[in-house]
Amino acid sequence: MAKTTRKVPALNASSMADISFLLLTFFLLVSNMDVDSGLARRLPPPPQTEEQTTVDVQRRNLLVVLVNAQNETMVQNQQGSEWYSNSDELKGTGSKVALKDKVKEFVLNTSNSEQLPELTEEDFGPPIGIVPVTDQHVISIQNDATTSYKTYIAVQNEVVRAYNELREEGARKYFNTSYDELTDDQQKQINDLYPQRISEAEPKNYGGQ
Amino acid sequence: MGKFNKGGKKEMPALNSSSMPDIVFAILFFFMVTTTMRSETLMVRMKLPTASEVQKLEKKSLVTYINIGPPMETRLGTGTQMQLNDRFAQVSEIQDYIAQEKASMNEADQPLMTVSIKADEETRMQYITDVKQALRQAYALKISYSARQGQNK
Repeated sequence: MAKTTRKVPALNASSMADISFLLLTFFLLVSNMDVDSGLARRLPPPPQTEEQTTVDVQRRNLLVVLVNAQNETMVQNQQGSEWYSNSDELKGTGSKVALKDKVKEFVLNTSNSEQLPELTEEDFGPPIGIVPVTDQHVISIQNDATTSYKTYIAVQNEVVRAYNELREEGARKYFNTSYDELTDDQQKQINDLYPQRISEAEPKNYGGQ
Repeated sequence: MGKFNKGGKKEMPALNSSSMPDIVFAILFFFMVTTTMRSETLMVRMKLPTASEVQKLEKKSLVTYINIGPPMETRLGTGTQMQLNDRFAQVSEIQDYIAQEKASMNEADQPLMTVSIKADEETRMQYITDVKQALRQAYALKISYSARQGQNK
């Protein structure tokens, strides 16, 4: 028999598109694109012994943010106290000083006031160098048992906003650029300069039931 | 002029669609890679609070979710319930749940585990605080209060 070269018949691939469309539709339907986002926090480790449950903090180093059962907020430190009755006032829309400005003033203590946290000089490496910071300050957020979660998050958000603005200002001052554009090491330097020192205490019954 | 004669026998040339499967496959692969198959069905209603300073949770495999809110089914009442893994649970069960989730993780990833608290904005803080205390006991210290990006009204 003489050998003949046989041609392979061409595969009909016209239905390939249909099949892949089918698969595509399936994955389109089952995929969910939403990325979860939120306010990140670190909880303190559980108390090991009875004595460890309380830490003494000097009065001037403490800024107390109280949220009561009527969802009103009070901010208190050695300088005095401020009362916010709703979330608009928290942002300083009324005649009141916004919570974030209070927090910023408290953390920075530019006037070296006796009533604001004590300043200690620390080295943060170039280009920041040795600058005075309030490394002992604590912002204590306390809430009542019946405070609504919404108000609590609004208050947390304002405090975080104060820190974010401080970090942004620090990045502009020392690196001449915005915080988002810094390298990881530089961001860490700024974070060390303005560490988030927020304490979340256990709830107390302030405003009654 | 005969250049624009309408009665010509010109046919519409067939579109070459041989590259269509390639394009569809490209989109298909994109969706296959980005998709996360979450079988969890929500059993609690939640309207997340809004916040402007939210951060994105980066690695989905490191995140454990705790859903808190009133139940979807109205016959179960309007009290705050917590959902862990497709079923309702009590606050006391959190520790077991966290231990179980931790065990199913890569050992190197365990310290990076984040717990995302997805709670309805009407929840009372008492419940959240109880959950927080339970998480402390379970050594799940990295938490995130889940919130939507936006201005608070």
